[in-house]
Amino acid sequence: MEKKLENLQILVNHLTYHYPDGTIALKGINLNIYSGEIVGIMGKNGAGKSTLIKTFNGLLKPTTGTVYIENDEVNNVLMSKLTRKVGIVFQNPDLQLFANTVEDEIKFSLKNLNFSKTELENQIYLTLEKFKLKKFQNRTPFTLSGGEKKRLAIASIMCRNPEIIVFDEPTIGQDAEGVEFIKNLIKEKHAEGKTIIIVTHDIEFAIDNIPRTILMADGLIVADGPTNKILSQDQILNIGSLISPQLIKLSKFLIDLKLKVPEDVYIKENMVQFLGSYFKDKMGITEGGKP
Amino acid sequence: MNLIKFEDFSFKYDQAQDFVLKDIKLNIESGKFILLCGITGSGKTSLVRAMNGLIPQFYHGEIKGDVFVKGKNTKNVPTSTLSRDVGLVFQNPENQLIAMNVEREIAFGPENIGIPWDEMDSRIKECIKITDIEHLRKKAPFEISGGEQQRVAIASILALQPEIIIFDEPTSLLDPKSAIQILNLLKKILLEKKISTIIVIEHRLDIVLPLADEVILIDKGRIIEHGEAHYVINGEKFLNSGVNIPKCVSVFQKLMNQNIFTGKLPISIEETKNLINSIK
Ligand SMILES: Nc1ncnc2c1ncn2[C@@H]1O[C@H](COP(=O)(O)OP(=O)(O)OP(=O)(O)O)[C@@H](O)[C@H]1O
Ligand SMILES: Nc1ncnc2c1ncn2[C@@H]1O[C@H](COP(=O)(O)OP(=O)(O)O)[C@@H](O)[C@H]1O
Ligand SMILES: [Mg+2]
Ligand SMILES: [Mg+2]
Repeated sequence: MEKKLENLQILVNHLTYHYPDGTIALKGINLNIYSGEIVGIMGKNGAGKSTLIKTFNGLLKPTTGTVYIENDEVNNVLMSKLTRKVGIVFQNPDLQLFANTVEDEIKFSLKNLNFSKTELENQIYLTLEKFKLKKFQNRTPFTLSGGEKKRLAIASIMCRNPEIIVFDEPTIGQDAEGVEFIKNLIKEKHAEGKTIIIVTHDIEFAIDNIPRTILMADGLIVADGPTNKILSQDQILNIGSLISPQLIKLSKFLIDLKLKVPEDVYIKENMVQFLGSYFKDKMGITEGGKP
Repeated sequence: MNLIKFEDFSFKYDQAQDFVLKDIKLNIESGKFILLCGITGSGKTSLVRAMNGLIPQFYHGEIKGDVFVKGKNTKNVPTSTLSRDVGLVFQNPENQLIAMNVEREIAFGPENIGIPWDEMDSRIKECIKITDIEHLRKKAPFEISGGEQQRVAIASILALQPEIIIFDEPTSLLDPKSAIQILNLLKKILLEKKISTIIVIEHRLDIVLPLADEVILIDKGRIIEHGEAHYVINGEKFLNSGVNIPKCVSVFQKLMNQNIFTGKLPISIEETKNLINSIK
């Protein structure tokens, strides 16, 4: 969707947030997020990422400044309306999960959404299926492995089908299949037109899946732009306590070798292709095999 | 020397139907930086719980075989004693933080085992430096960010100066630069012989592999590969295991499949650069 005023979905103006103990976690945030965007938030530990997203569903009230979700100012809208619109999957699943069984966790999440009994059962079934939790249905969440818990936490938010989905560190503890699952989930929700915000330290995930990244440092937004740009400029990397993804490092190295590399060589398939022809060239390999 | 030894060890949680650890034979030697990997639910956490006696003393279930930590059978020696040899840091530290402020949190462990005050002071200083949390000293451990909590949890285990340090993903929330810095500092104190061995579980393999001497690969409760890092990374089992293969490895794996490249797959960017240079 275009970045037009009517598509503006989250508008943050001069936002500050002070925790009760006096810590100033946000020092003046200005931010526009448009409907249907996928936006990453990155930055050093303690930069204020989690604090910022907690203001989106009213969990934390701005100290000064304003946050608008569509046309509602978060201070003036019912929390229940806000939590229906904005679903946040928190960093630590242990603080989000509380039910006695995996099934109850989903059931509780669907409460108050006015489902009939059969609809509710159907929704629970579909959610457990989709998130590959069927076999844990009757287990207590406490005994799940870390990656399994994270999947349950995601399921319990996604089943409510919020318009704006916020993931705080979705890939921690996930293996390749888990990462692939989250990647596909994001694609699917993006195709449905949802707005997706992803707080992450996973640079390899970000470079592949997140087009726009906001970089935070010390309570402020210090950069906002295409993820591949953010993750390749040394000065920005330093401020953000970040490093470049492997293939960006590699493409810089290739450029230093004075090779003519395509701009998007940091994408895996392109790197394979580039190095493939480079090696063939150097070693005099002809099509289809070794010299 | 064998620091930890598993002798045909199997374990099934009370609540579970299947064994989560199966016929584990494993020797952990000193002087090693070890990466433990495997897909979600493969048994990584369970394996390290068996290394400090949490299994079977806290998590009950059916056991076969034995585990020895520096010769002590983990069935018989209380976890409080074992924890002097083995320091285990968990993924979600907020579940284990208890003290009034960060400084007290770090002092808690050493105080409990009667470390004299002056030594304690220098230990705390060092741990705070390694984890870069000077600015959090007086803050409440439950009123800081997730990554900051992980730093505190790491610091409070380091303060105990255990011989064996085990990280069960406590670096998952650290920003990439800090994660690398902290792991590098651990490697440094390992090389200085201030600790004997470190075992790390972390799903961002690209961050840990460059430091790893050994890799243990676990699948469905069995150790299916264990050896020098290059050896494991180049094996079919690792490449098909479903863990997050670093991009530099998978790029060269593709080139290998296309018969363009033969040789050892590079496990770090440095090695990848050398490889490309060697072809020039
Ligand atoms: N409940 C709290 N009370 C007081 N200060 C807090 C609280 N929670 C967080 N802080 C502080 O606010 C700042 C921002 O924290 P926040 O959790 O937003 O960081 P973050 O960017 O999400 O970090 P991480 O990458 O570690 O998750 C930090 O300085 C932190 O110590
Ligand atoms: N306390 C427990 N009770 C019953 N089953 C458990 C318990 N803890 C873990 N499990 C199960 O044991 C298997 C291995 O889990 P875990 O060792 O946590 O794996 P990993 O750390 O590799 O993700 C998983 O299927 C998990 O659900
Ligand atoms: Mg956070
Ligand atoms: Mg685990």
